[in-house]
Amino acid sequence: MKINSLLFPMAAAFLTAMALPAAAQQKLLPAQSEVGFVFKQMGVPVQGHFKKFDAQISFDAAKPATNKVNFTVDIASATIGAPESDAELPKAEWFNTAKFPQATFASSSFKALGGGKYEVTGKLSVKGQSRDVVVPLAMTQAGAVTTATGVFPIKRLGFKIGEGEWADTSMVADDVQVKFKLTLSGVGKL
Amino acid sequence: MLLHWLLALAIFGIFAVGFYMADLPFSPMRLKLFNWHKWAGVCFLALTVLRLLWRLSHRPPALPRAIEAAMPHWQVRSHHATHHLMYVLFFAVPLMGWAYSSAAGFPIVLFGQIALPDFVSPNKELAALIKPLHGLAAYALMGLAGLHIAAALKHQWIDRDGLLTRMLPGRR
Repeated sequence: MKINSLLFPMAAAFLTAMALPAAAQQKLLPAQSEVGFVFKQMGVPVQGHFKKFDAQISFDAAKPATNKVNFTVDIASATIGAPESDAELPKAEWFNTAKFPQATFASSSFKALGGGKYEVTGKLSVKGQSRDVVVPLAMTQAGAVTTATGVFPIKRLGFKIGEGEWADTSMVADDVQVKFKLTLSGVGKL
Repeated sequence: MLLHWLLALAIFGIFAVGFYMADLPFSPMRLKLFNWHKWAGVCFLALTVLRLLWRLSHRPPALPRAIEAAMPHWQVRSHHATHHLMYVLFFAVPLMGWAYSSAAGFPIVLFGQIALPDFVSPNKELAALIKPLHGLAAYALMGLAGLHIAAALKHQWIDRDGLLTRMLPGRR
């Protein structure tokens, strides 16, 4: 039967695909990763972070132009560590979490700067606002684990974070530093 | 003497702001008041250090013999005790406030420009411990201030011994 003659090659192809490590399954290890932010409130630096986030990564050091990263942050997981501040974050003037439960970053280009350093350009979407950002990446590898770290500035007003009476930048500064440390598995040699 | 009146005004102002701001709902005004309260507290602390140094190098006059003789012994004792306790609280209250701010994770940046050190690391349990103590000590200081004012007025209006004049500008 025709089907039988196809079966063997199909099975072989299937098994081979399963056995290939290759650029399959590049994964973020959220438990060993951090995504946070720092802002100033009347000069006082305040740190916050997100407890839930995920990423889909396609990274090949030999072909940086084809690299892609799509990152998603659970906005409800944001915390500053002080209860009254955390109660404030989901409100409409701030993250408006009920209406915009996720923030995303989608890369559009990867530029290799040498020495494990990259410049990733992409769209950051928060609270329904999208802005182009350039994210510096420093990548290092230890065995099977790859770490990508970086810091980049955003202007909170561009994302309408802190509206109405909170738009006053003498109270909460416009500049916010977003910091991240992403631990990845399944990434080939850098 | 000038520092006495300046810092007395400061204490009342800082206390009033602290009392009002403590239960305000979260708002830009609350943030402003908290920061102004801390800046004023730190300035008060600095001036109190100067005041103490002055007092240590320029002994204040003792109670005049006649006035002391007219006071019951317990009154003389509380005269000294009140002043000493107030000095302890002049330091304890702002230091506790500073520690509370640091423990709560909010370092003090004086006037929004000068970052002051945290002499206590961020620690939620410690913050929860210090918070009521700062308030209690502030109430104690206000209580002693009230006692101090009442005693001064007693000397002025009841004893009529003129003791108050040495605290006024253009004295003697």
